[in-house]
Amino acid sequence: MKIAVCIKQVPDTTELKIDPKTNSMIREGVASITNPFDEYAVEEALLLKEKHGGEVHVISMGPPQAVEVLKNALAVGADKVYLVSDKAFAGADTLATAYTLSKTIKTVVGDFDLVICGKQAIDGDTAQVGPGVATRLRIPQLTYVSKVREIDPEKKRIVVERLLENGREVVEASLPALLTVVKDINEPRLPSLLGIKKAAKAQIPTLTAKDIGAEENHIGSKGSPTWVTKIFSPEPRKGGGEILKGELSEVVPLLVDKLMETKFIK
Amino acid sequence: MSKLIIDKDTCTGCESCIPSCPFDALSMQEGKAVVDEKCTFCGACVEVCPVNAITLIKEEKSAAEGTSAKDIWIFIEHEFGKVASISFELLGQGRGLADAVGCKLCGMLLGDKEAVDPFAKEAIAHGAEKVYVMESPLLKQYRTDPYAEAAVSLIRKYKPEIVLFGATTQGRDFAGRVATTLETGLTADCTDLGIDPETKYLVQTRPAFGGNIMATILDHPEFRPQMATVRPKVFPMPPKDDSRKGEIIRETLQMTEDQVRTKILEFIKGAETVNLSDAEIIVSGGRGMGGGENFKVIRELAGVLGAAVGASRAAVDSGWIPYEHQVGQTGRTVRPKIYIACGISGSIQHQAGMKTSDIIVAINKDGEAPIFKIATYGIVGDLFTVVPMLTQEFKKRLGR
Repeated sequence: MKIAVCIKQVPDTTELKIDPKTNSMIREGVASITNPFDEYAVEEALLLKEKHGGEVHVISMGPPQAVEVLKNALAVGADKVYLVSDKAFAGADTLATAYTLSKTIKTVVGDFDLVICGKQAIDGDTAQVGPGVATRLRIPQLTYVSKVREIDPEKKRIVVERLLENGREVVEASLPALLTVVKDINEPRLPSLLGIKKAAKAQIPTLTAKDIGAEENHIGSKGSPTWVTKIFSPEPRKGGGEILKGELSEVVPLLVDKLMETKFIK
Repeated sequence: MSKLIIDKDTCTGCESCIPSCPFDALSMQEGKAVVDEKCTFCGACVEVCPVNAITLIKEEKSAAEGTSAKDIWIFIEHEFGKVASISFELLGQGRGLADAVGCKLCGMLLGDKEAVDPFAKEAIAHGAEKVYVMESPLLKQYRTDPYAEAAVSLIRKYKPEIVLFGATTQGRDFAGRVATTLETGLTADCTDLGIDPETKYLVQTRPAFGGNIMATILDHPEFRPQMATVRPKVFPMPPKDDSRKGEIIRETLQMTEDQVRTKILEFIKGAETVNLSDAEIIVSGGRGMGGGENFKVIRELAGVLGAAVGASRAAVDSGWIPYEHQVGQTGRTVRPKIYIACGISGSIQHQAGMKTSDIIVAINKDGEAPIFKIATYGIVGDLFTVVPMLTQEFKKRLGR
């Protein structure tokens, strides 16, 4: 079974600065990590490989320093990793990113059985790239997956549980398919010492727009319909920080008074 | 009608198109490729044919029936026989947007026979002037394939200027598919929408980086419609008026069950009766709970208030409560009227999931905990004393 996993490097801290001139985020100097949801995606691919055999191909689109997250993927056991990086990708929104990733998957993995992504990245929080990649690859998408119940690469069939607002939906789909996974699905492993050593020495192949046969008008800012015109800090919470002091026998009824006044409690 | 034409003289019989079809609509007959009725005109085979023998003629290019309506459409989401409240909230906000643009406010409703008529009336009562309806047994429950097929064909035919969806699991799954198929822009999880007075473009505002920054996003004019998903409970519910009249436009879905690649086998309802995303009040427990059994005090308070039970990542990772309850960056984002945080220190990651709540109450032993900085009201004290006292006091006031 051939599994492709898409991962993203995201800033570790939420203390970000914004360049007032370009209105873009200053990412330099901020520690970077693998998007937490993508770690569950990598782990699930490794678990499926251990059970059913096959290969795990991990892809990341990003600047040259994104090789770090790919090295982490190698260290935990990915078979092959690829960085897709090109100045021409700059300014890509979710539409252009999904196009770029789908072209990469077609180029490097070819006939895959499964694509796995995290449910969303913690920086952009859009949850749009997974469905976008599935659409471009013309395969079914199963989003918010909390469990892979059955998978049969021979019969080209998968059964998963999807975590929705009110419960879990059990869905069957044909393969190949794309999954986006939630935290509940597994517990990502730590890399082994051997894995870390191997990853440190590894040369990570880098693909450019040309290598994946991307059309110029589908990538980067040209291929991106949306356009960030302004970035600003949210207004701080109003009326915050009233600590009710005194004996609990007094402050508890006082708090209840205040909450009852809101009319939200019925 | 769209058409897929395979030129028999050009076709070399190489069979490379056969596996490319996601719907198994191609086969070989007398050494040449032929297409059957399972074809959805997706164009996958056109790309792979090495000799360019396959031509796709898309409906929207051949038929000039598409009016340039330029209206605002709201996706009327429904589940378990009920319209999602976010759809009404969007109709409320959409009214103002439509007035600012000078266009009509419309609903887009996909469903089976049982659903469409009553739900179309509800959409009209909440402000839709027109409702575009596609009715099919395939659309009974939300599934990506038939819903996306239905929406894409309606949007291609009637060409709305703006299409809005709820940022629910359904809306996010759906909108991503539709926008990519239409190759247009989609802005996720908006918390504000407006219209630029000069250009009449949709001005979309959304949080990013766990709510630490806000971004205003526009769509380049060559990409239309402008699409966005909008977070529930950001806009107020508009008043319902059953005397309102509206037009219902019906279209039929050109798809059969064997073209749908997923099948829903069952639905396992969550253990809690109130779900976090819809809850008006949430009582949450964190590391200070100290154990799974101790969540009893949280559940008792939640029971009296009719609230949902939430938890911090620390409580979930300790195995005290299932992941469904987790609020925060790697859990759910909630926006209740009242959020009561018990024994939760309030990490940035937890705040990302709850800091837009109207009122935040913090109960924590540690007066220095960051949760107090964003709390509307705080009590520094032992939750195992304070929470039962609150429960008793509310019981008394509410007569429960």
